[in-house]
Amino acid sequence: MKDQFSGIEAMVNKSKIGVPYSWWAGDTASKFLISLRDDKKIIGMKCSQCSKVYIPPRKVCPTCFIDNTEWVEVSDEGTVISFTVARRQLASIPKKVPVIYAIIMLDGADTGILHFIDNIQPDAVKIGMRVKAVFADERKGRIRDIAYFKPL
Amino acid sequence: MERAAIIGIGSTKIEGNKVRETFADMAWEATNKALADAGMTIDDIDNVVTTSNDFWDGRTISCMAVGDASGAADKNVSCVEGDGTYGAFYGLTRCLSGSYGTTLVTAHTKGSQSISSLITNAAFDPIYSRELGMDMITACALQANAYMHRTGTTPEQLALVSVKNHGNAMKNPLAHLPMNISVNDVLSSEMIADPLHKLDCSPVSDGCCAMIIANESRAAKYKQKPVWIKGVSFYADSFLLGDRDLSRARSLTAAAKKAYSMAGISDPKKEIDVAEIYDAFTYQELMWLEEMGLCGDSEAGKLLARGQFNVDGALPVNASGGLLSGHPVIAAGLIRMAEIVKQLRGDAGAYQVPKAKTGLAHGVNGLCGQSHCVWILDNEK
Repeated sequence: MKDQFSGIEAMVNKSKIGVPYSWWAGDTASKFLISLRDDKKIIGMKCSQCSKVYIPPRKVCPTCFIDNTEWVEVSDEGTVISFTVARRQLASIPKKVPVIYAIIMLDGADTGILHFIDNIQPDAVKIGMRVKAVFADERKGRIRDIAYFKPL
Repeated sequence: MERAAIIGIGSTKIEGNKVRETFADMAWEATNKALADAGMTIDDIDNVVTTSNDFWDGRTISCMAVGDASGAADKNVSCVEGDGTYGAFYGLTRCLSGSYGTTLVTAHTKGSQSISSLITNAAFDPIYSRELGMDMITACALQANAYMHRTGTTPEQLALVSVKNHGNAMKNPLAHLPMNISVNDVLSSEMIADPLHKLDCSPVSDGCCAMIIANESRAAKYKQKPVWIKGVSFYADSFLLGDRDLSRARSLTAAAKKAYSMAGISDPKKEIDVAEIYDAFTYQELMWLEEMGLCGDSEAGKLLARGQFNVDGALPVNASGGLLSGHPVIAAGLIRMAEIVKQLRGDAGAYQVPKAKTGLAHGVNGLCGQSHCVWILDNEK
């Protein structure tokens, strides 16, 4: 059968999706973000039943399925649970590579927090190493009010 | 469970850039192939489930835009957002409900039309993590390191998955990236995010898969030999990566256990003849095999090196070439199921696994395998 489309130029509509959007942080995340901004303190929520401390905080303990009610401050120091060094400048990465991403278990918390590690040669990062939060000079109530974690 | 079967499958070729085809064009091709495979016409289809993702498709309510090409005009059509295995699960439950005798399920993605790093970054929580700029590759790299740290699995063992699967794809005419490569080729390819080299990562491809599921009374009415659904289950883990032990996949362990029990399988290592597993990254094939009990803990890398998972090994895994050789994201799991259907019917051509009777297909939804869907299929009722 003759291909009725042979030789037809493939047309492409180059455009983009850009929709302004506001994510309401809600009461729980707001309190956490305000604490980062105003006090340089990292606070989590504790489940009254299983005593797990959730960082970042959320309203509900997913294990016990009850409201978390107690706020606790955790340490700004913790242990690297896992990490990666981004070497390619992937489109989502907001800094110049190499960029080190890690999950950090802060002392006093039972869940890890995702963040950057910096002030270290990428090849020196190890699972189990100790790190400490470095706060941004200018803080706006965002997760990047912690600028990064540095080796202890 | 009441009986149901897969009675037709159809897939487009998986390609890097189908610039000459729209989403609907791909759905039209896959749907017609599935109908022809089953020996049915669109009038034999009682209802339709389409599977897609709005961010990947660059439009809202993307699933409704392929309904016409999927033959859904004047039919009950519903949609699933997520991997194709979840679309198939919904299609199955519709057949088992008694309201429909047959369901046509489609799943499609075009990776070529967007920037995958930005699309997958949007899966992160907008308050707590998105502005850090992680995406699917960097998140899975975290998981790969955690898995390798716990199990002692090596970069060479990861590379062997890529060598095996790209090599298997040489015999699959629908594969996107058939390649004869060496372990050294993988290890010397660009390091994207430690420990994942470029050849440890699947491409983001274009493609569509369609499947027809029927209840027992309808399954025998058409020309195709039914492949029976013996067990299926899915479970989800916590959303936030820091809440999980990323070196494990407890939702996969739970889903596999349930699916085996539904299928009456007590020793999956012996009773599964062939498996198609969600290998979006090399480490995933090894990790998922261990977590679903198809080999011992921390053993997959060593067994792979001994040939256990080759097409002529004791448990052939991703004989089709897997996702490493072609990954249209939302269609990925449905293609895994279609590949098992081919194997159990004896229709897999040059990559046919001899005497395959019972097969396992696996799909994933969410970052780092938050949710897993496991299907046990069999060529005997």
